[in-house]
Amino acid sequence: MSLTIEEVKKIALLARLALNDDEVQAYSESLSDIFDLAAQMNAVDTTGIEPMAHPQDISQRLREDIVTASDEREKFQSLAPATEAGLYLIPRVIE
Amino acid sequence: MHTKSLSELAADLKSGAYSSVELTQYFLDRINRYNTALNAFITVTDESALSRAKAADEQIAAGSAGALTGIPLAYKDIFCTDGVRTSAGSKMLDNFIAPYNATVVEKLNQAGMPMLGKTNMDEFAMGSSNENSYYGVVKNPWDLARIPGGSSGGSAATVAARLSPVATGTDTGGSIRQPAAMTGITGIKPTYGRVSRFGMIAYASSLDQGGVFGTSAEDCALVLTAMSGFDEKDSTSAEHAVPDFSASLKDSLAGLKIGLPKEYFEEGLDAQVEKSIQEAIEAYRKMGAEIIEISLPNTPLAIPAYYVVAPAECSSNLSRLDGVRYGYRCENAKDLTDHYMRSRGEAFGVEVKRRIMVGTYALSAGYYDAYYLKAQQIRRLISEDFQKAFETVDVIMGPVAPNTAFKIGEKSDDPVGMYLSDIYTISVNLAGLPAMSLPVASVNNLPVGLQIIGNYFDEAKMLNIAHQYQQVSDHHQQIPTAFDVTRGGE
Repeated sequence: MSLTIEEVKKIALLARLALNDDEVQAYSESLSDIFDLAAQMNAVDTTGIEPMAHPQDISQRLREDIVTASDEREKFQSLAPATEAGLYLIPRVIE
Repeated sequence: MHTKSLSELAADLKSGAYSSVELTQYFLDRINRYNTALNAFITVTDESALSRAKAADEQIAAGSAGALTGIPLAYKDIFCTDGVRTSAGSKMLDNFIAPYNATVVEKLNQAGMPMLGKTNMDEFAMGSSNENSYYGVVKNPWDLARIPGGSSGGSAATVAARLSPVATGTDTGGSIRQPAAMTGITGIKPTYGRVSRFGMIAYASSLDQGGVFGTSAEDCALVLTAMSGFDEKDSTSAEHAVPDFSASLKDSLAGLKIGLPKEYFEEGLDAQVEKSIQEAIEAYRKMGAEIIEISLPNTPLAIPAYYVVAPAECSSNLSRLDGVRYGYRCENAKDLTDHYMRSRGEAFGVEVKRRIMVGTYALSAGYYDAYYLKAQQIRRLISEDFQKAFETVDVIMGPVAPNTAFKIGEKSDDPVGMYLSDIYTISVNLAGLPAMSLPVASVNNLPVGLQIIGNYFDEAKMLNIAHQYQQVSDHHQQIPTAFDVTRGGE
């Protein structure tokens, strides 16, 4: 398959990745190659085969709903690029 | 000291031949001396290493030392280390000081092992050559013009050059086994779920598994015993008893049934690598093993399936890196979308962006069934191939990679070509099986690794099998000449 420039731009938007024109061009080629590789899967009929999402057949473990970890908001927020009054700052969303 | 096994080091520490502080300083000196040439470390933690070594010495003096107390190690920079930068090889996390320890780090801290530093890696563990690191390429100690393998290339180069006795790694598609093979050391990726993934920065959660590099199976067994075990903080951690992996190293191999998948010896495998693998198999025959040809017919589909499943999981996992709570943030974003797009676009490298986009597309409406669902069905077929094989054989052997280490830059413009070199390693991750690499030959002065694949939770048997080979061979004791210099000498 061959991905167009517009398709690559759409994927990049969905993935929230800013790309310049050179990158878009390069990715349209390499992504097309990778989806050609993926298309090799079509050589096998997989009708009726149960998809395997995970190597273990386990169910989700549950635990008691009790407090187990201490509140480390200050420590975690010290890593943030921008905070104020205990909140994470982002660009204005509502005008 | 850099040529000694972990048990020899432990005995020397116990007898007082030298202290943990002296041993740790010795390896820090080696890092200081050789890391410029290798670029194997992103961060060296001299001070904390020495203070932990001092604590280990006190434990040894008090008679409460364990098998690993006072022996230093290095961590792949994907394991969170409280108070120390944990970058995952990415500009995105260049400023990220982990606020907690990975469970693996907690366990090895409790075992008394001082951390020398954090090793270089392909960004977010995506790569087979260590050329995808924000911190630059790692060099192979056997030939500085060649790649050390990836993604745990820094850890592998570190152990191969004896800058640390052991190092941790992670393996999502071969990232422990392939660099171990390329650098002539021993590396084991245990069964999925054996080692906690808590605090191990996720790339593809259903495939990622932590493990260890050492110069021998014996050393790997000691560290793997200490780092394995159920962890309630990891929802996929296996509730499976951990044996002492060192206890069965000396078992006889008489009657062992070794399967050789014919698909692992077909076109694409370098003739000299194949010859080296066959010679190693012959050594096992002499030890009393029975060699049986088997078939893993869906092997050719492993690469296409893997390069859908892994990117799909990566696109989901890496969406948390949004420049809000931690990590890189772009300047002067005009709105929230611009903030996300430029923070991610400016901070992720070429390969990471590629895999995020492959995964995004494969999971997008209208394509999910054709790619992701299909890949999961193939994954089932691959897993069933292995289970069928294990009805007749105890372990499977074959090459780790089709070639020895290639030159830096040789494949960097050819992502699909690079992916194809993972042919012998990625099926194991799709199935969640344990596998390891051990050095069995040198071709043009470059190491060749033999792969041993075991059934679920069969690490003890695999380590036994590798150890027995290392009793009759000295490939694991080879050190690249330029790095085999003791302190003070030239």
